[in-house]
Amino acid sequence: MSEFLISARGLTKKFGDFVAVNGIDFDVRKGESFGLLGPNGAGKSTTMRIIGATSQRDAGTITILGKDPEKHGPQIRAHLGVVPQQDSLDMQLTVVENLYIYGRYFGLPRKFVKGKIEELLTFAQLEEKRDAKVETLSGGMKRRLTIARALVSEPEILMLDEPTTGLDPQARHILWDRLFRLKEQGVTLVITTHFMDEAEQLCDRLIVMDKGNIMAEGSPASLIKDYSTKEVLEVRFGSDRNQEVADKLRSMCERTEELPDRILMYTEDGETLLEQIYAADLHPKTSLVRRSSLEDVFLRLTGRTLIE
Amino acid sequence: MFIPMAVAIAEARIGKRGERFYSGRVPQLLERGFIAFRSSTWMIVLSGFVEPVLYLLSFGYGIGKLLPTIESGGHTIKYAAFIAPALLATSAMNGAIYDSTMNVFFKLNHDRIYHGMLATSMGPLDVALGEIGWALLRGFSYACAFMAVVAPLGLIESIWGLLAIPAAVLIAFGFASVGMAITSYLTSFQQLEVINIFLLPMFLFSGSFYPLSVFPQWLQFVANLLPLTHAINLVRGLCLGNLSFSLLGHALYFVIMIICGLFFTTKRLNALFMK
Amino acid sequence: MSIVNIRQGSTRLVDTKKVHLRGALYVAEARTRAMMKWFWMILAIAVANPALYLISVGIGLGGLIDKNVGSAGIDGVKYLTFLAPALLAQAAIQSAMDETVYPTIEGFKWYKVFYSMNSTPLSGGQISLGVFLTALFRTVYTVILYFLVMWFFGALDSPRAWLAIPTAIFAGVSFGALMQAVAAKLENENIFFVVLGRFIMMPLFLFSGTFFPLTSMPFFLQWIGWISPLWHATELGRYLTYGHEISSSMVLIHFAVLITMLVAGLYLSARIFTKRLAK
Repeated sequence: MSEFLISARGLTKKFGDFVAVNGIDFDVRKGESFGLLGPNGAGKSTTMRIIGATSQRDAGTITILGKDPEKHGPQIRAHLGVVPQQDSLDMQLTVVENLYIYGRYFGLPRKFVKGKIEELLTFAQLEEKRDAKVETLSGGMKRRLTIARALVSEPEILMLDEPTTGLDPQARHILWDRLFRLKEQGVTLVITTHFMDEAEQLCDRLIVMDKGNIMAEGSPASLIKDYSTKEVLEVRFGSDRNQEVADKLRSMCERTEELPDRILMYTEDGETLLEQIYAADLHPKTSLVRRSSLEDVFLRLTGRTLIE
Repeated sequence: MFIPMAVAIAEARIGKRGERFYSGRVPQLLERGFIAFRSSTWMIVLSGFVEPVLYLLSFGYGIGKLLPTIESGGHTIKYAAFIAPALLATSAMNGAIYDSTMNVFFKLNHDRIYHGMLATSMGPLDVALGEIGWALLRGFSYACAFMAVVAPLGLIESIWGLLAIPAAVLIAFGFASVGMAITSYLTSFQQLEVINIFLLPMFLFSGSFYPLSVFPQWLQFVANLLPLTHAINLVRGLCLGNLSFSLLGHALYFVIMIICGLFFTTKRLNALFMK
Repeated sequence: MSIVNIRQGSTRLVDTKKVHLRGALYVAEARTRAMMKWFWMILAIAVANPALYLISVGIGLGGLIDKNVGSAGIDGVKYLTFLAPALLAQAAIQSAMDETVYPTIEGFKWYKVFYSMNSTPLSGGQISLGVFLTALFRTVYTVILYFLVMWFFGALDSPRAWLAIPTAIFAGVSFGALMQAVAAKLENENIFFVVLGRFIMMPLFLFSGTFFPLTSMPFFLQWIGWISPLWHATELGRYLTYGHEISSSMVLIHFAVLITMLVAGLYLSARIFTKRLAK
């Protein structure tokens, strides 16, 4: 077997005239945490479903653990743990029953699944909710249960589609912590997200997707280094003045991006730039200096923001 | 090299017939039905049994006073004995339709349970057969309960009436397969209501309460196309002991419904989840 | 640049006195608009339902019964004439129930529209009354259509038959008001729908002397008729349409039961609405 668990070449998927995935190439190595970053509609979920053998490609090749999903759907799905974007928990059942029956869907023996449940409850921090109906769980708990459920078959690859969308900040951090532990244990993670902080926290390597194409590939740090400056200065002049000031600001730094409510200025040294602005007798209402992020990489590559 | 158990189980099915659609997991899906059933409300469970009994009490007793006997298949029989088989067939239909429309629609579009199921090494035919199988188990127990009420009342005229129970299961199977196939194509709750709109005329015009011969020829012809008419004729023929080859014809109608229903359900689930 | 004008201010714009007087009508307007999306569905049910029952039970089964009982008839008339007032009342009860129960559960639980109505100057009592008025409107509409279909099928051979219209509407909204109060109290609607369908609506339909005189039921089942708005309306309807014999004290009792249901239903519903919205 090659060093790659997943290998795609020229992968294409169309829905009628709409090209959802446009001939992309990527490889996922064993044990790495691989991310697909992009806005809604970039083709991330479609790519995930093709890997998950629940959607068939229109062109190109893809192998998952050396198998072709077109021919060996059930065998490939046996290798994967899938955490879909929208919860698909069994609302008629309790937490424990959900874990149990999901294991049974893989054909696993009762005894094995029952033993596994305790381990999964502890991992998902749901011991106290074991006999609760799923309906009564919070969003974060439901998502942790879905992850625990995906682990019941001891999969080699865990697929997470927008794992923290819709969760509050605290619930997100608990979830990231759980995923980080899995990563430490050597589980291969494939994650889609439109949150740059999530991609930076969790991914070793990622592809930036937009409109079905791969725009860039690399580690979060290398992408920022290649496509952005070290720091960013964000300034606001009020909704009616941003436009007129923008022309003056453009000559003061490497690059600017004008957003509806603020102007981003790319530079190696944000504080110094801010002093220059004041010196030029321009007085922003608010200002903020921060490090460059994947959001800036995406803005540079596509001219658009990740969250629209 | 270490091979996870789930993978070994899936690999063992390679080369089997229809391996991409079916993984032999119907027992596991029935197990799910049973686990969910354990925590269901007894009122809901009881309600499926109550319906035919109420109709029998009302029509059998009340109308029975206005119309004590009726002609069927050349015999004169008690009115209650005439409608009892029809009520058994109708309740088999209603139970199967409820399980395969409302229930399936919610699992498909609201709770997305099938999405979860099909992310495992199961296939769409497992899901279709499992869901329908559970509906049949329920239909079987309701049929037994109803027979346990009507037989002591002397409303089953023939020993062949015992076969009415498997006949009710066959009827439930037919309606459940077709119901699930139709539901899998629906996208909104309102479309589901349309199914209910068809059920009332079917109930009223399939000879439940009197022989179809009172109707003009053209209406009899239309009524004979309805599946419930065949269901009622099949169960009534068995309960009254009026055996003939036409009973096989009625049964065949349901075999065809089952085959078509399963075919389209699997096809649709495959298109929804595997394309 | 888009700007939202806030020049006059709500104190000047909103006439609270007017809202106090007409609030229920505003709610009824919103509900009626929502209902009108189903206009064709409601129309189809209002026309098809009586036609199907009349042909199947009235003519099909009725033909056999008429032949069997001979010239004496049921209660002195043809089976179809006997059945018609009952079906009319049943249709009224069903449509009033549909238009109170589902919107109430929708408003409190599914879409929670009542809470946003309540965040305007509208009160719980006004919302409750508004829902009821919409149900009244739909019931009147359904009953009139139903009546026309019956007339078309020759089910009404008495010149006084139209008198069954007001009694049917009366029974429908009385029951609707009571069920609205029950629906407003509900926490778990899934079980309720099964109970409502199989343990309330169906027994009422089957044991209220709808298809045969109530007295032909065994004594231990006749009580269902006594608490059933359907039976009271049907008896009144039969009395008015073909002169079914009832004593004047029974007429009073029938009216008294229906009025009690209506008043209790409206009062309880307004109270439960107000309480639940304030929770």
